[in-house]
Amino acid sequence: MEHPLLNEQHNLIRESVRDFAEREIKPLAKELDAKQQFSVELTHKMGDIGLFGMVVSEEYGGQGLDYLSYIIAVEEIARVDGSHAATVAAGNSLGLNPIYYFGNEEQKKKYLPDLCSGKKLWGFGLTEPEAGSDSRNSKTTAKLIDGNWVINGSKIFITNASSEISIGSSIQTVSNDENGKKEFTTIIVENGTPGFIAKTMHDKMMWRASNTAELYFDECKVPESNILGKRGDGSKIMLSTLDLGRLSIGAMGLGLAQGAFEMALKYAQERVQFGKPICKQQAIAFKLADMALKIELARNLLYKACWLKDNHKPFEKEAAMSKLYCSEVAKFVADEAVQIHGGYGLMKDYDIERFYRDQRLLQIGEGTSEIQRLVISRYIGC
Amino acid sequence: MKILVCISNVPDTTTKIKFLNNNTTFDSAGVQWIINPWDELALTRAIELKEAHAGAIENITVVNIGPPTTEPTIRKALAIGADNAIRINLDPKDAYSVALQLSEIIKKDSFDIILCGIESSDYNGTSVGGMLSELLDYPSVSAVSFIDIDGDQLKLKREIDGGQEIIGISTPFIGIVQKGIAKDARIPNMRGIMMAKTKPLQVVEPVSTDLYTDFVSFDYPKAKAACKKVDPENVKELVNLLHNEAKVI
Repeated sequence: MEHPLLNEQHNLIRESVRDFAEREIKPLAKELDAKQQFSVELTHKMGDIGLFGMVVSEEYGGQGLDYLSYIIAVEEIARVDGSHAATVAAGNSLGLNPIYYFGNEEQKKKYLPDLCSGKKLWGFGLTEPEAGSDSRNSKTTAKLIDGNWVINGSKIFITNASSEISIGSSIQTVSNDENGKKEFTTIIVENGTPGFIAKTMHDKMMWRASNTAELYFDECKVPESNILGKRGDGSKIMLSTLDLGRLSIGAMGLGLAQGAFEMALKYAQERVQFGKPICKQQAIAFKLADMALKIELARNLLYKACWLKDNHKPFEKEAAMSKLYCSEVAKFVADEAVQIHGGYGLMKDYDIERFYRDQRLLQIGEGTSEIQRLVISRYIGC
Repeated sequence: MKILVCISNVPDTTTKIKFLNNNTTFDSAGVQWIINPWDELALTRAIELKEAHAGAIENITVVNIGPPTTEPTIRKALAIGADNAIRINLDPKDAYSVALQLSEIIKKDSFDIILCGIESSDYNGTSVGGMLSELLDYPSVSAVSFIDIDGDQLKLKREIDGGQEIIGISTPFIGIVQKGIAKDARIPNMRGIMMAKTKPLQVVEPVSTDLYTDFVSFDYPKAKAACKKVDPENVKELVNLLHNEAKVI
């Protein structure tokens, strides 16, 4: 692919991940979606090729790549299947990143090698039944009693937290300081800790082959040393994690749009109505032109945001713009792709049906489109 | 033992082939270049041998004849697992010139196993391996679909009409491999891609050579005729078309 921000290594990563996704994920995606089945085998294969810990340094078992490389990998998985892109994106951005960027040396050495190899997965427990967009309305509490954090509360919609290879989560808690002032602290809780239950959520509309969990804490005790970062830094960790997560959700939107566009174009080239392929009918040709245009713009915006991050420049506004634009392009393109497929697009035999469902999370997860607009508006001085 | 895998840089097999300048120039605009699929399988098998026989295989080198623009393809071979690479700085013109350049490289070093794909997916010449064998006076086996180390020798299998031929051979030799030599081409992992940046890629200048063929131009295959659909109940019409229009009966 010709793009001013891509080098030879980025192109080789794209080619390799595309080959892997086509060979290993595509043949299973439809069946795993239908059965709501999370595949440990495929997750391990994604680990073997190096899709976890992509930006983590090699000393902790990571691949030591730049952010743009990681985003290209997520884009290419999403081009084939949303569920597995979600496992990779959440595994890196939400699972690994908080430990890598805020963990102490002992925590990094303990958890990162297995998470970087894809042998194990980790959750990021932020959202609660009453704390979605208003994440500061968190009700999960952590009290420091006799050298232990005692946690009570619950979390919901937590990716990668309850699969058979999930080993723990980073939990956002309310931990009031000595004066009773509200503060947030992030605490590591390993699966299997007494008082902690991770329960898989079923019957999702989308990402049905990814793992999503509800987490329950009932007088759950973990050592004081399980704190991630500093006491009171929970908000900072959460916001920083979400800034990076926005790039990978953007990549999921871009990849899904690319996959849906390719399906629609192929179908339109083969489907004959009124004596010629429908891509030769202006009504359909113009739809495809609009889809291609939006994908190009989405890619330019997302890659620019990654370039800013990789070059240690402020990227938060562009990350929010990328998440918003790419996810809305995914919605537009998937919708038009179904329209081009006509009645066949409504049948599960065609992958576009799954893509149409999978795109719907992207305008909601890791900050709704409305919250992205709020973030952008603050950056531009509103 | 040291293995040399010869790799060609070819257009992706899904490329729509177009020519320019009165059909005398291949239009490479927008073309995705790949390792020739047979060569990629040969490289995969070489890596499998190195992994299975730790210590027996000391090194895997890949060699390509091409201008600097082929280096991304060579880097991919390094990312897949080759230890080092050689690029002979020449835009190859025909099978003989390719075989001659390769033979000069092999004379300078002592490779035990030399693997070539049975053909390249662009020109499909199927000639380089045999010519290389002749130029070096090395034994060669063509259409190899299996290779393994068996004591001091190598055990090969090749497809023959109605079955397989099993061959034992000593080194050095040239294996001209076909599909089946490895199940699937290996996909580079992220660590391999990172490491490929720092693996040695030596550029050598070509030896001078005469060309024995004279390229004139390319030609497109005849366009497929439009398809006619006949009602399955209408056998008369079918026979009539086959007889009078297609003239095949």
